[in-house]
Amino acid sequence: MSISIDRVYKKFGNFTALDGVSLDVPDGTLLALLGPSGSGKTTLLRIIAGLEVADSGTVISDGEDITQQSARHRKVGFVFQHYALFRHMTVAENIAYGLKVRKAPRKQIRERVDEMLHLIRLETLQNRYPAQLSGGQRQRVALARALAAQPSVLLLDEPFGALDAKVRQELRQWIRRLHDEIHVTSIFVTHDQEEAFEVADRVVVMNHARIEQIGTPQDVYSHPATAFVYQFLGNVTTFGGTVRDAWFQLGQTSTYLPVTEPVRNGPAIACVRNHDVKVYTQPNSAAPIAARITHVNAAGSVVRVELERTDDKSRIAAELCKDNGVPPLQPGATAYVELRNVRVFPSDAAPPHPSPAVDATRQPVARAVG
Amino acid sequence: MSAEGTSVRNSQNDAVWVRRTLTGFAVLVIVVLVIIPLVNVFAQALSEGFGTYWDNLFHDHDTFAAIKLTMIVAPTALLLNLIFGVTAAWAIAKFSFPGRTLLTALIDLPFSVSPVVAGLIFVLIFGLQGYLGPFLRRDGYSAMPYVLSLLAVALYVLLYLGLRPINPLELRGWWRHPWLATLVGGGLVFAVTFAPQIYFELWPRDTSLKIIFATPGLILATAFITFPFVARELIPVMEAIGVEEELAAVSLGANGWQVFWQITVPNIKWGLIYGIILCNARAMGEFGAVYVVSGHIAGLTDTMPLRIEKLFQEYNLPGSFAVASLLTLVALLTLLAKIGVDRAEANRIKTATEGTNELRS
Amino acid sequence: MASVNRRVLPGFSLTLGYSVFYLSILVLVPIAACFLKAGTLTLDDFVSAVWTDRARAAYALTFGAAFVAAIANVILGLLIAWVLVRYEFPLKKLLDSLVDLPLALPTAVAGLVYSALYVPTGWLGQFLVPLGIQGAYTRLGIVLVLIFVGLPFVVRTVQPILDDLDAETEDASASLGGTRWQTFRHVILPLLYPAMVTGFGLAFARGVGEYGAVVFVSGNMPFKTEIAPILIVARLEEFAYSEATAIAVVLLVLSFLSLLLINVVERWSTRYER
Repeated sequence: MSISIDRVYKKFGNFTALDGVSLDVPDGTLLALLGPSGSGKTTLLRIIAGLEVADSGTVISDGEDITQQSARHRKVGFVFQHYALFRHMTVAENIAYGLKVRKAPRKQIRERVDEMLHLIRLETLQNRYPAQLSGGQRQRVALARALAAQPSVLLLDEPFGALDAKVRQELRQWIRRLHDEIHVTSIFVTHDQEEAFEVADRVVVMNHARIEQIGTPQDVYSHPATAFVYQFLGNVTTFGGTVRDAWFQLGQTSTYLPVTEPVRNGPAIACVRNHDVKVYTQPNSAAPIAARITHVNAAGSVVRVELERTDDKSRIAAELCKDNGVPPLQPGATAYVELRNVRVFPSDAAPPHPSPAVDATRQPVARAVG
Repeated sequence: MSAEGTSVRNSQNDAVWVRRTLTGFAVLVIVVLVIIPLVNVFAQALSEGFGTYWDNLFHDHDTFAAIKLTMIVAPTALLLNLIFGVTAAWAIAKFSFPGRTLLTALIDLPFSVSPVVAGLIFVLIFGLQGYLGPFLRRDGYSAMPYVLSLLAVALYVLLYLGLRPINPLELRGWWRHPWLATLVGGGLVFAVTFAPQIYFELWPRDTSLKIIFATPGLILATAFITFPFVARELIPVMEAIGVEEELAAVSLGANGWQVFWQITVPNIKWGLIYGIILCNARAMGEFGAVYVVSGHIAGLTDTMPLRIEKLFQEYNLPGSFAVASLLTLVALLTLLAKIGVDRAEANRIKTATEGTNELRS
Repeated sequence: MASVNRRVLPGFSLTLGYSVFYLSILVLVPIAACFLKAGTLTLDDFVSAVWTDRARAAYALTFGAAFVAAIANVILGLLIAWVLVRYEFPLKKLLDSLVDLPLALPTAVAGLVYSALYVPTGWLGQFLVPLGIQGAYTRLGIVLVLIFVGLPFVVRTVQPILDDLDAETEDASASLGGTRWQTFRHVILPLLYPAMVTGFGLAFARGVGEYGAVVFVSGNMPFKTEIAPILIVARLEEFAYSEATAIAVVLLVLSFLSLLLINVVERWSTRYER
């Protein structure tokens, strides 16, 4: 079943949860809604499920407008963050619930429950109560319960958030395999970028009630559309500044970086991945930024360095790969920072002001390398 | 989303007509069962005008005596149960020991005993035909010196244990030998309080000590019925607060009394107040047990509830309702106190967590 | 933890000792005395005291009326608790507080006003008596006043459970296709059973022992509206102490047994927690 969301708005009191969100989910996709808390992803999921009603906008499923339809009429399977298992019912009764309320014949219910129990490998625990199960087992029961009634779309709300790392890993792979087998349209909500990338076909990055970008994991990582997306995926250091005629001025300093993509003049944010920050102990024409080293952490495969810029005291974080050789770095010493693969995004802070013509006689102080 | 928000959100899952009907029914039930009777009490009491109302209460000798008697019996029973309630709550909430569950269950025992049976029991023991009847009738007061001296010894033991330093390093002299101190000191206290009572003939001889059909019986019966109230209020409160603060005080050198008055009491303040107020309301209103034990001598052994019944039998409805209205006012004050206590307790929790949050941020 | 407390935190032996002492002399010894006294009767005398027709009628009425009233309290209490927790309406706080009134109001006052309300000249009686509903001096009156007395018990035990219910399970039921009624019946109600049973037990125990309220409302007619406590008082006034005690013992034993039964039901209804 395909889902199509058109300009959905939702407010809770003074808080805007969804600000005109539109999204198309083709049939059979495994989609991740990725974003920080408060971005609106759970609200969107619940609106698709029918557990919330949008203030305006439409939700269309296979061409049918289901915006006003209540949750019980939509054929959705919903897996809750804290499982929401019925604690007074056994595992088998929980799984059977969706079929029981639809008054399915007893034999059919029994068969389907057995099928589901086999799928989640919990046949021996079918007469246990949720209180007697581990977190991972409960999550599997919640999944089986949602799938038992053969929903057209499966919705999962941070399904693995409450589990420990190893169980999370196993369940992620399991969901991926399940989807490959069953091909039911699935949408899950997560704030964990790694999880979204590992499991989903497509990723929707959300922030502050809006969609920032939609695409495959590879797309979104390599070609982030906004500063937020860039920052959210991976470890990033950002610099505020202004763009003027294809040059980015670092804050109020006289350090300039060339801008490769077309970016309008005005306030902007330059982002660089921490592993693209190079640190030198000697002044270097390619490394225009002087900074004092505040912290060095050499444990692990990369050396993590924290520096404080000498001009405006803002922080820079660098990850230096040990394979490439790392110069000796002492906290307190002054170092010189080179930024590679800088992406510049216009900042939403203020509308672009008319910029004066560039002084053609001014020499650029820095050039990006590579 | 807050729990409140959740409830409201869930309520929106119910259709409007369902909400309206259920709410209407619930309100109707409360109105018919609670509000109408409440208003009726005052309406009937004032049915012959305020002047008569006043006269009924304060110019009727027997009614006034009943009011005075209730004012003696209820607070005394309350005091007895208060001391018990605090000690029992302390033992149960702060320690774990074999039989703890049993003790807690036994405290609830008076709830399952009919008040009439309670009164009957005291008649069985203290009544003329009862177990202690003959003894009390003959020479009841001869027990008093023993009782009083034992109380004095108990007080001494209490003070001794309460003031004794906790830190073993600080124990010197008298504090170092608790058993010796208890026996010798206790014996001394007993002798010192006992002898004067005998020598100065403080208590009448060969006179009967009336318990049943007299005020002491009323106090005992009322204390039995209201036995669990303070304890049941305090135990959950003390359990919720936990032991850490008291342990911290002890580690800083406080002795028993200091821990109790300076740490425990301020924390349980509101639960204590509510327990007292509730216990008092029930004590003032107790009917069944007091009925059996009292002997119905108007002006002497009638408490307010018994007076209500007597006036009712005499078909004096306005008088009856007048007394009832006083007790109803006490009940309403109890309800107000509950609201106040709940609010104060919520405030205390709020400011305590705010303080913690401030420290954290 | 406990052994640390006992040595470190003062007052254990003192408080425990006094509590047990007070409990014994005020509660345990008197109750024992009651059984002791009843024990002085021969078996024949005991049976003839407690098994008269009048006594049997009194037991039936006492336990029957308390049972009916407690059931009514469960239904009404559930309704009131639901409305108080889930819905908003004007004066809700006031009504919430008033639910506690039966706990604080003397039973004699309750009995007095209920009898006055339902007589033909009373505020409610004037409408109900012409319809054939006699509230005063009838068994219905006894049940009504017992409902009043027991009202807070179910409401106050169910309210906290309702408050704490996991909202997600209701969403889960809806997402699985359950109607509101199915959600209530299969998901919410089972979780309320333990509280309902506890509330029933408390209301029932209260109702069995109630004297003050019933005395005004019932008219105390033997075989018709005489409850067991009233029978005990009647025997006492005849100075038939042993017979009165015998009936009291029967009442005590039956009360203890029913409380035990209710306890068992309660433990069974929370079996899924363990």
